[in-house]
Amino acid sequence: MSTTQNTDAGPRPGSAQTGPDTGEITVAVDAARESTTRAGGAGIPQPRPESPAAPVPAGPVTMAKALNAALADALSADAGVVVFGEDVGTLGGVFRITDGLAARFGTDRCFDTPLAESGIAGMSVGMAINGMRPVIEMQFDAFAYPAFEQIASHIAKMSNRTRGALPMPIVIRIPYAGGIGGVEHHCDSSEAYYAHTPGLKVVTPATVTDAYLLLRAAIDSDDPIVFMEPKKLYFSKDRVDLDALREQYESGASAGAGPRAALESGGAAVARTGTDATLIAYGPSVPTALAAAAAAAEEGRSLEVVDVRTIVPFDDATVSESVRRTGRAVVISEESGFASVASEIAARVQERCFHSLAAPVLRVTGFDIPYPAPKLEHHFLPGVDRILDAVDDLQWED
Amino acid sequence: MSDDVRTDIAEAARSFGITPEDYMLPARHLIRIVDQDGKVLSTEEQGAEPGHDYPVPADEDLLEAYRRLVAGRRINDQNSALVRQGRMAVYPSSHGQEACQVAAAACLGEGDWLFPTYRDTVAVISRGVDPVEAMTIFRGDWHGGFDPRQHKVGIQSTPLTTQLLHAVGVAHAARLRGEDTVVVALCGDGATSEGDFHEALNFAAVFHLPVIFFVQNNQYAISVPLARQTVAPSLAHKAVGYGMAGERVDGNDLVALLAVLERGVRLVRGGAGPLLVEAHTYRIQAHTNADDATRYREDAEVQEWLAKDPVKRMRTYLTDRGLLTEELQSRYEQEAEDIAAALREGMNRESTPDPQDLFAHVYSVPTPQLAEQSAMLAEELSREEAS
Ligand SMILES: Cc1ncc(C[n+]2csc(CCOP(=O)(O)OP(=O)(O)O)c2C)c(N)n1
Ligand SMILES: [Mg+2]
Repeated sequence: MSTTQNTDAGPRPGSAQTGPDTGEITVAVDAARESTTRAGGAGIPQPRPESPAAPVPAGPVTMAKALNAALADALSADAGVVVFGEDVGTLGGVFRITDGLAARFGTDRCFDTPLAESGIAGMSVGMAINGMRPVIEMQFDAFAYPAFEQIASHIAKMSNRTRGALPMPIVIRIPYAGGIGGVEHHCDSSEAYYAHTPGLKVVTPATVTDAYLLLRAAIDSDDPIVFMEPKKLYFSKDRVDLDALREQYESGASAGAGPRAALESGGAAVARTGTDATLIAYGPSVPTALAAAAAAAEEGRSLEVVDVRTIVPFDDATVSESVRRTGRAVVISEESGFASVASEIAARVQERCFHSLAAPVLRVTGFDIPYPAPKLEHHFLPGVDRILDAVDDLQWED
Repeated sequence: MSDDVRTDIAEAARSFGITPEDYMLPARHLIRIVDQDGKVLSTEEQGAEPGHDYPVPADEDLLEAYRRLVAGRRINDQNSALVRQGRMAVYPSSHGQEACQVAAAACLGEGDWLFPTYRDTVAVISRGVDPVEAMTIFRGDWHGGFDPRQHKVGIQSTPLTTQLLHAVGVAHAARLRGEDTVVVALCGDGATSEGDFHEALNFAAVFHLPVIFFVQNNQYAISVPLARQTVAPSLAHKAVGYGMAGERVDGNDLVALLAVLERGVRLVRGGAGPLLVEAHTYRIQAHTNADDATRYREDAEVQEWLAKDPVKRMRTYLTDRGLLTEELQSRYEQEAEDIAAALREGMNRESTPDPQDLFAHVYSVPTPQLAEQSAMLAEELSREEAS
């Protein structure tokens, strides 16, 4: 595969029929793609209840498909939902997340715009003012920057500026982060910019089920939500019954601990239970943290993994509860570490769990450098070894 | 581009008075109906392309617009005075541009929308927003003081031209619901250099939306003259590149402004696609109270524009036509005084914004973190009160 010739991780000519061919993205299907079914924690979907009408066991579903289903179900459920962006119509998005939506719902509900990210975000403000629920797609993380003024100055603030008269029920979908061998401007972890902006909520799923449920809840929320999709997990698979998920979501079965509540007051999930230390991760780093926990278990160390899921609002309760129990914490994220979401989490844990901590809270993040070229990115990304080294540094004995 | 779309645009061009040969070139001349001395120009002198009418509005509409013009001037000057007295933080006055302000609101129907800038307070009030509510932003009580949906007026926008895209979104949502809403979006001459200006015009044109982009070219962006923004033959010419019609109008001639904008509203509502209107006008006062205009422009230039004053011009015109009597004139002046008195009263009233409002409406429901911060502030306040 070529990592340097294909600028956008979009389909190559003639490849559109062969499924979700996203260029170099295909190399992202690595070990981390194993199913990341959860062990417990708030809002974790339960195994599908036996349904007499559907005896066929649920097949493997990709995160991309789950996101696509969430968009389709939201479009069906609410006539005010509109999906737009670059290449989201006929093509179905460069990652195929909007595949088939324009054909099924018409080009009034899912449409392409001129190539102008500020235009897309600004237009969504007007559509929200005029009663709609726009779901906009930014093609890649670094290409969302032209929209930043509209996001920070209007989308984030409009409700506050108008004392609630103009809420902004907008979802900004952003494929983000690296690990796919993408060239520059295609791999940024830009979550801190949004998390630092009051008025925005920032959500990032790490599992197929969460991708569906959190996106549905984001679209139904009256607050503007930056929905960050770890592109390296788009084609990770899990055995999920999308029909059952839809029913579960629409019946509000998991209200209280469900995805809507997660968006209201924070919804971290314990992705793996453990007793010796807590790994706090989100989005693309969750499978890596789980892999590290599995490796540590072989060496007799029991690591808990907390999946943050909602960066804003942050679930202090779940995270603190875990760290107080284990007494040690490592925060893992792909972003550059300085002034990062990981820094915020480390500070919060320190403030809340100081008396339970046996060691300083450590961070394993990307270096403070521009995202590296494909051949060097593995040095940048937090990997299992670097995480285990940090765990080793948590002042275990003597 | 499909042939369909082309036919559409060619037809739109024709309806806007542009020959197919000129394709999207703007009308050749500035539309002006009443000259600076208040005299009506002959049809040939008015600047319209042959065969294209800019009908003079009905007498009662002219009088109503003049009434608002008188009020607008008074509002500008009252607000500037309130700033000098320390009652308001800042006021970007539209003194000299009131004809544009009044026309921007007057051309709209009830279901239509207006997207104003910081400079367009008089337009906002002309549209029906309570003057004291409109001034909340400049008084420093809150970022906005009225419900945009009630009046169909966007919050006054300071990040230049960002509001033009909101106008596009409102128009597009209306279109999807089958409503015939027209949106007028305002910006200044300097703002036409911003990226969102380009994106908004292009979106409106591509989606063929009923939006009128109304640029008040007052010659300056704070200190920077128009020559540093563009070397295009005119701002109206910028429409060409988007496949949209552009027009120029004398921005101190209320009659011409009403004629151009009302015709524009009729055409865009009828499906002709968006329109760019450039009004030539002048900001008589400094950019805001914080600005010193003598650092970048000559007094002679200001004097020249004072002679083109839109209020005086309209008064002469209406008096000469026998529409405006002394009695009406004093009634309008009295109404303007009443608004000024209400502004003084409203701005002099002590206001005590509730600090706990800081946490309201950041999210639909406060997050646990905001609930904590709000409790912390409450505790600080109660300690302050106790000591
Ligand atoms: C994006 C952005 N950049 C800079 C400013 C600061 N600023 C406020 S008004 C102004 C001049 C705008 O000039 P113009 O568009 O001609 O409008 P006018 O003030 O003359 O009505 C500038 C530079 C701003 N508000 N927004
Ligand atoms: Mg100007």
